[in-house]
Amino acid sequence: MSARSTVGPVIARRNVEASGALIGYLPVGFPTLDESVEAAVALVENGVDALELGLPYSDPVMDGPVIQAATQQALANGFRLADGFEAVRRITERVDAPVLVMTYWNPVVQYGVERFADDLAAAGGAGLITPDLIPDEGADWIAASERTGLDRVFLAAPTSTDARIARVVEASRGFVYAVSTMGITGARADVDRAARGVVERLQAAGAPASCVGVGISTAAQVAEVLEYAEGAIVGSALVKALADGGVRGAGDLAAELARGTVAS
Amino acid sequence: MALRAQTGPYFGDFGGRFVPESLVAALDELGEAYDLAKLDPAFGAELAELGRSYTGRPSIITEVPRFAKHAGGARIILKREDLNHTGSHKINNVLGQALLTKRIGKQRVIAETGAGQHGVATATAAALFGLDCTIYMGEVDTERQALNVARMRLLGAEVVAVTAGSRTLKDAINEAMRDWVTNVETTNYIFGTVAGPHPFPEMVRDFQKIIGEEARQQVLDLTGSLPTAVAACVGGGSNAIGIFHAFLDDEGVGLYGFEAGGEGVDTERHAATITMGRPGVLHGARSYLLQDEDGQTIESHSISAGLDYPGVGPEHSWLAAIGRAEYRPVTDDAAMQALRLLTRTEGIIPAIESSHALAGALELGRELGDGATILVNLSGRGDKDMDAAARYFELYDEEAGE
Repeated sequence: MSARSTVGPVIARRNVEASGALIGYLPVGFPTLDESVEAAVALVENGVDALELGLPYSDPVMDGPVIQAATQQALANGFRLADGFEAVRRITERVDAPVLVMTYWNPVVQYGVERFADDLAAAGGAGLITPDLIPDEGADWIAASERTGLDRVFLAAPTSTDARIARVVEASRGFVYAVSTMGITGARADVDRAARGVVERLQAAGAPASCVGVGISTAAQVAEVLEYAEGAIVGSALVKALADGGVRGAGDLAAELARGTVAS
Repeated sequence: MALRAQTGPYFGDFGGRFVPESLVAALDELGEAYDLAKLDPAFGAELAELGRSYTGRPSIITEVPRFAKHAGGARIILKREDLNHTGSHKINNVLGQALLTKRIGKQRVIAETGAGQHGVATATAAALFGLDCTIYMGEVDTERQALNVARMRLLGAEVVAVTAGSRTLKDAINEAMRDWVTNVETTNYIFGTVAGPHPFPEMVRDFQKIIGEEARQQVLDLTGSLPTAVAACVGGGSNAIGIFHAFLDDEGVGLYGFEAGGEGVDTERHAATITMGRPGVLHGARSYLLQDEDGQTIESHSISAGLDYPGVGPEHSWLAAIGRAEYRPVTDDAAMQALRLLTRTEGIIPAIESSHALAGALELGRELGDGATILVNLSGRGDKDMDAAARYFELYDEEAGE
């Protein structure tokens, strides 16, 4: 990874002043564009260190039922890619936390990889998390992110070989997204022990930061993950809190989760 | 290089592996197992024996002169994949992938299905090999193909009705991929068509190319020369690539894929992916795709569940891009009229999917005229479509239909 990163310094700082970083996911446009912006701001105001903003997509193969339902509703409400850039702009105008965009690859291809990178950078975005783009197919995005200075977060899985782990570490900037279990998104009772193994292998391959996602829903799980990883990513639980309790519900859960970042 | 020698992961600008990292190890494992199997005479022999003693290969060809009278004087010859065990070409691919599943030591298989033909074939192979089997099928399709749902359940498979998105084939694929991501260590995904990430487009093609290899020789034996044109319907494109492949380097043979034109390609209700789409990424591969300006997949429509898919295999996109094959739309109604015409003139009831190829052949025959020979892949039989046909042609007695 190169040194220039937007989200990297935040994760590094949180690993000094706390036990690590808390990253919160929400989809743009759920339940409405305005409320998704308000909820994202509320997450940061309640202790989330970096945001992962999901762009709703028609065929989200990595998403579990909670996030699928939310993004499907956003699409039904008329979500457009332009709303994604607007959400990033409105959030970054109000809070300092870095905002990464999580998107499946086809929308970026159709928008134009270079144009997408330019518009994301102009909106104040920190970079992209690409769940269905592996470094092997990522030459266009790697070039565009080099040019614009955006972070690029690739995924590593328990089944990734050491050679693939090395390639993901080399291609990523900001952090590597360690998939905690062999599965899709959705809160789980136990975060798979496989996550620890992935993170250890990422660290051995020289990754400056590994953040664990998929299956984390409680402060205790955040604390557990931060014993060995630099960051914990929470998605479905926050989306459910937003769906059930509105902006306040999402903010309250964020505050609760943030207690997991304080070393006990 | 011969066109036939093209392998994955890329067919020109198309193909690749646009998948979550969680699936890469499984795709590598499958690809490596397949590469070894390809070179292993025992694998080929076992598959050929299954073809002979289980599927009923080689499938025959049937010349249909009474049908051809409506095709401008051209000769029309059908490749009878409808006579295969389970009723379509899908079994060719499934037996190959089921043998591979045994080789990699997995005990559970999953599959997506549209019309139900691939699901039935997979459930059949699972019964034959003693594998656990789960089939994902869009809820819309479970309703319009209820008979196939019953067949799969009778064969011992679990059928999951998918309620996400458009509740059709594309959503069944999404759900099957989610299952695979979650259960990859115990489960093999038997993919039904020549789309998806590498190695599926190449591997499924290789298991289907026997259709064209047999038919090419059968037509030569019957007529003394190669056909003027080869016609097949295209959803994902497995029966089409299966019959095209042996002819790819025969320059004089025209290759024609017939996509589902639905209610017309000037409406929003069709599945004519190459005709009306543009390149993008869906289900793990770069290929033509029906999508909006933002890259969101557009819901397709076809009267035939098996062609109701907004994507297409990358090798077809490549063949279209280099001009080797031509892809045209056939409307729901043209397909249904061809279904009835073949039934009435030849006593052969085709699947609605295959009827798109028949309608296309009628059109081609009128263009090519006297002296032309058109080989059509009759990829499936129409038993599963009797309810749809009865409603379309109002064949039920009024009271019985209520």
